[in-house]
Amino acid sequence: MARAISPRKKLMWTALSWGIGLMIFFPIMWTFLTSFKSESTAISDPPVWLFFDWTTENYSTVLARSNYPLALMNSIIIAVGSTLLGILIAVPAAWAMAFVPGKRTKDVLLWMLSTKMLPAVGVLYPLVLIAKYFGIMDSRILLVVILMLINLPIIVWMLYTYFREIPGEILEAARMDGANLKNEIIYVLTPMAVPGIASTILLNIILAWNEAFWTILLTTVNAAPLTKFIASFSAPEGLFYAKLSAASIMAIAPILIMGWFSQKQLVRGLTFGAVK
Amino acid sequence: MATEHSKSSARIMIAPAVFVLLVWMLVPLCMTLYFSFADYRPMRATFDAWIGFDNYVSFLTSSSFLSSLGTTLWMVGGILSITIAGGVVLALLLDQPMFGQGIVRILVIAPFFVMPTVSALVWKNMFFNVDNGLFSYLFKFFGAQPYDFLSQSPLFSIVIIVAWQWLPFATLILLTAVQSLSSEQLEAAEMDGAPPLSRFWYIILPHLSRAITVVILIQTIFLLSIFAEIFVTTNGAFGTRTLTYLVYQRVLESQNIGLGSAGGIVAVILANFVAIFLMRIVGKNLDN
Repeated sequence: MARAISPRKKLMWTALSWGIGLMIFFPIMWTFLTSFKSESTAISDPPVWLFFDWTTENYSTVLARSNYPLALMNSIIIAVGSTLLGILIAVPAAWAMAFVPGKRTKDVLLWMLSTKMLPAVGVLYPLVLIAKYFGIMDSRILLVVILMLINLPIIVWMLYTYFREIPGEILEAARMDGANLKNEIIYVLTPMAVPGIASTILLNIILAWNEAFWTILLTTVNAAPLTKFIASFSAPEGLFYAKLSAASIMAIAPILIMGWFSQKQLVRGLTFGAVK
Repeated sequence: MATEHSKSSARIMIAPAVFVLLVWMLVPLCMTLYFSFADYRPMRATFDAWIGFDNYVSFLTSSSFLSSLGTTLWMVGGILSITIAGGVVLALLLDQPMFGQGIVRILVIAPFFVMPTVSALVWKNMFFNVDNGLFSYLFKFFGAQPYDFLSQSPLFSIVIIVAWQWLPFATLILLTAVQSLSSEQLEAAEMDGAPPLSRFWYIILPHLSRAITVVILIQTIFLLSIFAEIFVTTNGAFGTRTLTYLVYQRVLESQNIGLGSAGGIVAVILANFVAIFLMRIVGKNLDN
């Protein structure tokens, strides 16, 4: 039974939560505000909050100058490409493990997860060598493949947990009616699996978008996504706060919005079912 | 019942995923293992395929290894303490009745979706910077001396940045756990006159212990590999060189592949200790 809450208590909790929530959100808010300031306003003492001449100049400067459009394109291609490639490989595997579980299924799942725990730095040099050998250093295909591999365990795992929620009786009924494996997948499984696949795609695009080890170390210019582009601001000259803010906001805005839609999947996808 | 036919199809369907992961895991790892026993310094054109355990000995006995281990422990420990303590408080807070709960939730989880290079640079420049950072204004406003965070407490500064990014993760998972707590038990304790603190200590905390363990293990796995935040703030200087960063420097900056590879293998072994515990918990849950 829910208890009656006194309005005063509720107001108190509201004020406290909003206060802390805004504090945690503040760095993003401040970056957002700064991105609309002129460079000199951005570092004015004391700081100005809302009452300044709002300008979109920083955005147009960042967009026009520098490699921003290329970096954005690379981010999109790498994040979406690696996720879709991962889905392509993971869907059959997760389907088979969920509906035709064998004695080894659990071991295979756990082993896949264990590959996720391999520290990237342990295989850094071999990958540089392999990339150089195939002449694909600083190429999108290299990042697509590597990010697919590091996220594949999460993709398989998430799909597996979604597929397991699909009642097996339905598949058996389809089998009785003479559906073969192919028809089973196309006509029975797919419609029921679409929401799970969609959430998996969403979360993995976010993870790939924000990956900042391989993207920084294996790219220079041609395949450099936004993570690397933003990192180039770490040795800036002159006034750059407003431009840094504008570039940052453009790099995080799409993912922030996608992230808000994938809150629930976050817990499922990153705890591997250990918290329900 | 699964037929023989469907079982063999199942194997074929799993095969590609297993194959690519097996290649991904084995090929580079074996190469690293191979290099770790070699004296390989491409810049000096040195290659001696077998020097035994020399690399391991010099890596493990170097002062930079021991200090990197200490830095790693402080960093991971600091971030874990902040995110777990903050996460428990926030989870309990977000579970209370309030107006606009959904919006507060959105505000709290937002940092998790900010890419590491952005959050590190925003904190470094717009908050920690001694001349123009917001913290400096705040210090001056209260009549204190501006504090140069990144050069005077670099490790602490990075802990703050990364803790800010991971607090939402801990909060979300702990909130999921808090919401599964039966309110009847809590109400019964309240009726029996248990004060809030002992209700927290004897009922809520034990209920959360599993989720807390999971958060610790998963975060540790990810935190052991912190890279971008160090890369753009201090570049490993001022005692912020973690094990991951040390190996990166040995391999790519000083191009001592043998030594770096030995370090890489050490990092893999250390990460495995954590991984074993995590796998055990996950595996147990899979049986239910």
